Amino acid sequence: MAQALSQFMPLWLGQIIQYVLVGTALVLFAVLNMLFITWMERKAIGRFQDRIGANRAGPFGLLQPIADMVKIMTKEDITPTAASRIIYNVGPLVVVPPALLVFAVLPFGWGLSGSDLNIGLLYVFAIASTATIGILAAGWGSNNKYSLLGAMRAVAQMVSYEVPQVLSIIGIVMLAGTLSLQGIVAKQAYMGWFILLQPLAFLIFLTATMAEVNRTPFDLPEAESEIIAGHHTEYSGLKFGMFYLAEYISVLFISALAATLFLGGYTIPFIPTDNPIHTVLGPFVLIAKTYFFVFLTMWIRGTLPRVRVDHLMGFAWKALVPLCLLNILVVGFISPFINLWTQSLGNLAFLVVIPVMLVANAFMFGILYFFISRLVRQNEVKLAEGAVPAR
Amino acid sequence: MNLFVVISFGIVSLITLLGALGVVTARNVFASGLFLVLSFMGVAGIYVLLEAPFLAAAQVLIYAGAVAVLILFAIMLTRRVMSDTGGSQTNNQWAVAAFIASLLFIVLLKATGQEWPISNQSPPADVITALGNAFLGPYLLPFEIVSVLLLAALVGAIIIARE
Repeated sequence: MAQALSQFMPLWLGQIIQYVLVGTALVLFAVLNMLFITWMERKAIGRFQDRIGANRAGPFGLLQPIADMVKIMTKEDITPTAASRIIYNVGPLVVVPPALLVFAVLPFGWGLSGSDLNIGLLYVFAIASTATIGILAAGWGSNNKYSLLGAMRAVAQMVSYEVPQVLSIIGIVMLAGTLSLQGIVAKQAYMGWFILLQPLAFLIFLTATMAEVNRTPFDLPEAESEIIAGHHTEYSGLKFGMFYLAEYISVLFISALAATLFLGGYTIPFIPTDNPIHTVLGPFVLIAKTYFFVFLTMWIRGTLPRVRVDHLMGFAWKALVPLCLLNILVVGFISPFINLWTQSLGNLAFLVVIPVMLVANAFMFGILYFFISRLVRQNEVKLAEGAVPAR
Repeated sequence: MNLFVVISFGIVSLITLLGALGVVTARNVFASGLFLVLSFMGVAGIYVLLEAPFLAAAQVLIYAGAVAVLILFAIMLTRRVMSDTGGSQTNNQWAVAAFIASLLFIVLLKATGQEWPISNQSPPADVITALGNAFLGPYLLPFEIVSVLLLAALVGAIIIARE
């Protein structure tokens, strides 16, 4: 686009216009979808709990998010007297940018991504990991013990679950041979969706990302029955709105990322990636797949109770991380054969690759089942002996 | 050179230096930690301008996302919340510190004043593949030794924490 504009103006001006336009479009996409997701969550959770949900503002309550916005903006802005003024205000400001910046590498269609970085996935995880700083600043700056506890829980949880989250993706990176999100999508159009090749990694990724964005059943950092609202206890008005915004944008992004990594992103099955239809329809396909995952998170939220805090860490380190490592080992063992099959069978290689990967995953699920059943049995024996429940 | 790059370099360097200045001058330890994050981000920006995107992402992931977070976490665990803003900025070892700092400054002056050979090769198009091949090819042994070292540090930290 900068080239097209350069007929009328110097190249640098064209570049600036391009950056501003693309950036604005991505931010608008994120924020507008966030508004819709808040409405959708109210409705969906309402239905799960046998209620109707928001239905007053506009048809089906569709204008509810706008009413919420007006309410949030007109609320009084309170800074606790004992708070550290600057750090207290830095918190909400630092939380939002990482949630928005990650959209820069998301592929919306063939040739439609803000920037197709060579290190796309690494960029995503790097930027996402800085969100914890805002939470720490908020928790510490509020000078409130609940805020502090919430921030500590949030950070401990996010740092721990980042490990299985990243490790679960490594299998995909090994299969795709690239970190670029466009590259991963293109590879899936050719090899088959990675959810078929990596079902175990998919489950681990889903679990870890749910913990990463503090969604139920991993919403301990804001467990209202224990620590009020965690790190944003003291915030009101638009500053609270910032946390709210960041949380829902993250939900949108992880859904889009899961769709891109495991469900083939913007591609329609059996159509090559570089088909022009993917430039036109790609964004809509991606949004449809994204909303499937958004709905899934709401479904899980409506179904599962909150995890206990001492189970949380043990689950990440003792269950998810070893499983991820096993997965990497298995993929590393199979991937040379996959290269062999793709060379000899060409486009039909997926007919062999998918069953082989499914068998390998079934094997790993078997190991998982064995260990979990053994743990459960041990726990039952201990309970029968009258001991306190084991960690 | 591209005007963009020059302007960006100025901004990024300013962020890095102001962040670094903030780390040593802030009265509040937690604020120092936050300034450290700013400085790390500035360094990542410089890596981007040097066309080393992998290094930049690693810088953000490891330093801003993990090391700084751990430092802030440790501050939250050890210091009494908020009460700890005052105190003297210096202690009785400031003379030694000043001496070491000036020595380091001389080294820096020497290093920046020198003419370094500049490669005119363009960086490889696919940095990550080249890096991966180097790690598991010619530099396999150092790579493994570093991994074992980190593992040993990890195990040691756990053992100390359990005592």
